Amino acid sequence: MYRIENKRKLNETVTEMDIFAPLVAAKARAGQFVILRVDGDGERIPLTIAGWDRAKGLVKIVFQTVGSTTLRLSKKEAGEEIADFVGPLGRESETAGLKKVCVVGGGVAAAIALPLARTLFDEGADVTAIVGFRSKAQVILEEEFSRSAARLYLTTDDGSYAEKGNVTTPLKRLLDGGARFDAVFASGPLVMMKGVVETVRPFGIPVTVSMNPIMIDGTGMCGGCRLTLISDGKRQMKFACVDGPDFDGYAVDFDEAIVRNKMYTNFERAAYERACRLFQVNK
Amino acid sequence: MNMSNKKTPMRMQDPAQRAKNFDEVALGYSEEEAVSEAQRCLSCKNKPCVSGCPVGIDIPAFLKKIKERAFDEAYEIVTRSSSLPAVCGRVCPQETQCEKECVRGKKGEPVAIGRLERFVADRAAAKKVKTERPAPNGKAVAVVGSGPSGLTAAGDLARKGYAVTVFEALHVAGGVLVYGIPEFRLPKAIVRREIENLKSLGVKIETNVVIGKTLTVDELFERGFSAVFLGTGAGLPNFMGIEGEGLCGVYSANEFLTRSNLMQAYKEQPETPIMKGGRVAVVGGGNVAMDAARTALRLGAEKVYIVYRRSMEELPARREEVEHAVEEGIEFRLLCNPTKILGVEEKADPKFGFVRGMECVKMTLGAPDESGRRRPVPMEGSEFILDVDTVVIAIGTSPNPLLKDTTAGLQTDRRGGIVVDERGLTSRENVFAGGDAVTGAATVISAMGAGKLAARSIDQALFS
Repeated sequence: MYRIENKRKLNETVTEMDIFAPLVAAKARAGQFVILRVDGDGERIPLTIAGWDRAKGLVKIVFQTVGSTTLRLSKKEAGEEIADFVGPLGRESETAGLKKVCVVGGGVAAAIALPLARTLFDEGADVTAIVGFRSKAQVILEEEFSRSAARLYLTTDDGSYAEKGNVTTPLKRLLDGGARFDAVFASGPLVMMKGVVETVRPFGIPVTVSMNPIMIDGTGMCGGCRLTLISDGKRQMKFACVDGPDFDGYAVDFDEAIVRNKMYTNFERAAYERACRLFQVNK
Repeated sequence: MNMSNKKTPMRMQDPAQRAKNFDEVALGYSEEEAVSEAQRCLSCKNKPCVSGCPVGIDIPAFLKKIKERAFDEAYEIVTRSSSLPAVCGRVCPQETQCEKECVRGKKGEPVAIGRLERFVADRAAAKKVKTERPAPNGKAVAVVGSGPSGLTAAGDLARKGYAVTVFEALHVAGGVLVYGIPEFRLPKAIVRREIENLKSLGVKIETNVVIGKTLTVDELFERGFSAVFLGTGAGLPNFMGIEGEGLCGVYSANEFLTRSNLMQAYKEQPETPIMKGGRVAVVGGGNVAMDAARTALRLGAEKVYIVYRRSMEELPARREEVEHAVEEGIEFRLLCNPTKILGVEEKADPKFGFVRGMECVKMTLGAPDESGRRRPVPMEGSEFILDVDTVVIAIGTSPNPLLKDTTAGLQTDRRGGIVVDERGLTSRENVFAGGDAVTGAATVISAMGAGKLAARSIDQALFS
């Protein structure tokens, strides 16, 4: 069992937790993920690591309540335990040698972009952070980002806070204005990451995207997390858990990934509704 | 002496009934049936059956005890050589091992050694026969992976007094015995029982630890382990490399079976999803393919096909598994190879991106290839479409690169399998390996044999 040391609500649907898992905390790096189960009969879900405190043995996770498992998790309080927590899995983000970097995060995935921005910032890179949300009520981690980046651009789709638009709005403006980065990193919804790739493409800057497909074991055994990389017209199958989760954004077949992510939509809705009834929450 | 030329039959669930449930298919022997079957054994002096057993169980000796109704003693003889008798009695391919060598098999059927092993183990469990805890010898050994090779090595080492810790990446111990082999062939309660037996010998099991990620092999030595056994299993599932393998409704057998077995998606309203019902094609002809097909059927499929590119003669699954599959109504499409998986292409369709069929080509057998089997050759123009909405690909696995990438000096072969010598020793001092991580996908019992060999070699290495 793994104890929840701290719990903090970041917005209406997004929760941050520190889990006591010293072995994972000792090794965690930006870009890696954990797999957890809330209860004994629970599903295994992957979550990208949002931070760590090696001295205290804590691993930070940030998640949005979207289904049965995340609803169950959100109902756990500090001091309670979850059944399973394994990691760190996957490869760390490749940051070595990067001097001028743009880190882009959308929605709850801003929490994934944060440790990466922090790592780059601590390594002395010039970090531009762009984070986007639907509206003011969804904004998370603004203060943390402002401490881990030389420049922070914040957007909301409806313009209720900061700049109106999505993450590609300031990104395109910066690139058009002559900003040149060694690399761009994007994490967020698949459609957003695809948009970032298309925005950057004309400028020939490498784009790394953080993929978060459906997984079970997270160690390469099941192959459920497979995705396709296309380069020079050749298609190549990769497993996000062992080959990623970071991939070359120009090569990822986003259209396939978007469809695969929806494989269990109906099932997930039913499971979520059951969990809602269990906790008597309004959907 | 029982001079019948046939094995004492074992009671089975009726095929029509069992195709709809996940309960065990074979129901086991009663005491009377077991004694009667044991009486078919001729107690050959040269014990040919023992030479066929990868872990060297003294078969005539334990059968003799069954004849004498000394069942506890029979169990004691079996467990001297095997850590997992209730498992092996169920899933070993006895027909190519001990029973293949049985003299009774020359004229009629061999003695049903596997069924008797199962009987002895199940009876001991029901009676809670206790194994004694050995005196510690002061040394610690780490076992990586809790599948058949790891559990066997752990059991043998614990019996010699080693402090054994087993590290498991998943949230439960058992490896392929819990994620791969379905409930109806190997009830999970039996695996749990065998693991409890190991714990009572003092074996510690640490789940949720991925060696190569959470801890490295070098860190295990830093933590005070004197030797490490790597029994990490088969690894990454193979795909065919044809169009459409990224569609929704296409699974590797590993994923399909893991969802159903480990994550219990076969239950009503599970937390982990799986596609149930519909029309299913399982590609491949091994035991894993049979397990996947029979699982799909029990999940409610209206039609299940096995699609295999050679003929029944070359099909590698155990005969008994094939017979069970046929009895349950699974249709074998032999000499048939998939060329493309077709998906729903209309974006407005709610089934957009899901499988709607599989294009196959008919095959004919040509000259033997390097494996000695006749090579399947496609028949031009014979393409046809199999009407399915789920495809499970069961064509083997490739080694997992996790350990190789994080263990300096660990030598692997061209395929990526860990290289070991005749003692099970890898290229690293005091690091041993065995099972599918070395051989590629093989059987439970051969993995157990490798675990046994490694335990012996570890003991020699640490006390020489």
